[in-house]
Order: sequence, then structure tokens, then C-alpha cells
Amino acid sequence: MSMQKTLLVILIMALCTYIPRVLPLALFREKIKNQYVSSLLCYLPYGILAAMVFPDIFSSTASVISGITGTAIALFLAYRKKGLLTVAVSACAAVFVTERILGLAGIL
Amino acid sequence: MLTFRKGFKDGIPIALGYLSVAFAFGMLAVEKGLPLWSPVLLSISNFTGTGQFAGIDLISSNAGLWEVIFTIFVINIRYILMSLSLSQRLVRDMPVWQRMVIAFGNTDEVFGICMQQKEPLTMRYMTGIILSAYSGWNAGTVLGVLASSALPAMVRTALGIALYAMFIAIIIPPARESGAILKVIALSVLLSCVLSFVPGISGFGKGWVIIICGVISAGIGAYLFPLTMKDEDTENIDSHDGNSREGQGTVK
Repeated sequence: MSMQKTLLVILIMALCTYIPRVLPLALFREKIKNQYVSSLLCYLPYGILAAMVFPDIFSSTASVISGITGTAIALFLAYRKKGLLTVAVSACAAVFVTERILGLAGIL
Repeated sequence: MLTFRKGFKDGIPIALGYLSVAFAFGMLAVEKGLPLWSPVLLSISNFTGTGQFAGIDLISSNAGLWEVIFTIFVINIRYILMSLSLSQRLVRDMPVWQRMVIAFGNTDEVFGICMQQKEPLTMRYMTGIILSAYSGWNAGTVLGVLASSALPAMVRTALGIALYAMFIAIIIPPARESGAILKVIALSVLLSCVLSFVPGISGFGKGWVIIICGVISAGIGAYLFPLTMKDEDTENIDSHDGNSREGQGTVK
């Protein structure tokens, strides 16, 4: 891809990212009073984030087995109300250790 | 109080998570043969994870402009829903230009942390959290480009789970408090797995899957467990936990 086209693609990407982010924030200035809609907006983040995580988390590492181990550790620590960073680092560590064990066992 | 300081502090775990993800992004971009400046420019101007990872594939495969527009837009439609949700949480008198600045920094993780706040979100708080997250994202990209293949693959694959684990840390604690939220999450996970695996139904792009699952699960949740509305004139934004418990109460 030429330099001009690369620059153009990056510009287009920036617009396609900013427009969906900015329109609702700039246009919806009032509190939504409808009970159903405001309940929906309250539950929406959880629905969206859950769908982003599952099932993709299982294939986010070198092996499904290490993915499942990391997921289990993350779920456990999150349930114990540990912070974001603790959960993330522990999940990475669990994946790392599992993949080394899998490597030794000759599975990975 | 939601001050700049608190925002910046709340943004640090995000920044550290971003450091590793953006690091991976920078490395991958170089591996795919992109010019060194392009991943950095992408991170500065886009500030989004999934879209940028898709972007380096598009650039390295010399994709057409319409393909770029369509792919990136579909991936980002979820931001419409997130910004809509976020717009309900901001202090009421916030001027449009401030909302337009905040919009640039409304990433999945910033959004997730903001949803945990009980008070209306102030400009100072939002500036703090976005600044620290943005610094982590760009620093990570630059380091990734510089380090390229210096990091062994075994460490790289372990970093892949970092962002997902952060999302889990955001959604599980509230689900523990509220059965309604737990059911919305369970339904969304179920739908997402069906849309990803069941033959004949699967094949949607991930962007569409997220939107379909999010809207259906939250839509059913809102129907089954409507939240009790607070006094409309107060600035108090519905506190998540309190309301969810009330919502639960009406169902049980």
C-alpha cells in the first residue's frame, strides 16, 4: 500500500471510530425518562462486554487449554472482587505457566 | 468526588493493561510489514483496540477503501451503544465541546470503569481517566514497534488474555450483587457462543455478534427486571447496585 493510501486509510479509520463514539454523546443531552429504555441502557454494558469476552477469550492464547485455565483464574479472582490489574496479570501468569506445562508434556 | 486525580488513578490499571495490548499491536504491525510510523499514527488517531488490529490486516492486504469503511464501522457500532449509555451518566450541564472530547476517549475499558462510578461523571474525572489510558496505549504502541520481535513468543501469547481478563474483572463483581445483571451476562454469553459456533447461524462478523447479543440480552433484562426510576429532578444518577437490587426485589 502506498504511503498516501496508508495515510488515507488511517484517516478513514479514525473517522469510522470517532463518529459512532461522538454522535450519541453530542446529541443525547437529556436524561432518558422512559423506564424501559433507561433499564436497557443500564444492562447494555454488561451484555456487550460479556459478548466481547465469550467465546473469544478461549482462543486468545496459544492453546484452548491455557485459555480455559486463564479464564477460570480470571473468573475466580473477579468473583473475589480483586482489582482489574490483579485479575489481568494473574490470568496472564496462569496462561504462561499452563503453556509451559503443556510444552513439557509435548501437547503444545 | 470525581476529581482529575481520581480519574487518573482509576485509569492506571487500564493504562497498564493497554501497555501490553498496544505493545502486541505495535509488534504485530511491524511483523506484517507496515511502515514503522503507521501503527503509532493509528494509535494516536484511533485509540481503539479491535479496530486497529483489524486495520493492520486491511493495510497489509491492500484493502479497498469501502472495505475499510465497512469493516471498521461494523466493529465500532458498539460504540454507539456505549456512548449512549455514557451520555446518561455525565453531569447534566456538560457543554457539547467537552462531550466531544470525552467521546474520543470512550474506549471499552474506560467505559467499563466509568459504569462502576455511582456519582455523575465530571469533565475533570473523564480527562484524568482518558489521559492515563491514552498514555498507556501510545507508550505501549511505541515500545512494541521498537521491540518488535525482541519479546519471546511464549510471553506474547500469554499477554493475549489480558484485555479479556480485565473485562471479566469489570462485569463479575456487579453480577455477584445483582441477579438481574448476572442473567443478562449469562444470556449474552449463551447467544454469543451460539452465534459463533452453531453452523448455519454463525458467520456474522464479531462486530455484529456483539451488537446482537448486547441488545437482545439487555432488552430482555430490561423487560424482566425494570429498574425503579429515581426522582427525575435530582442530579443523582441511578446507582447501579442499589437499583439492580430494587429491580431484583420486584421480580422475586
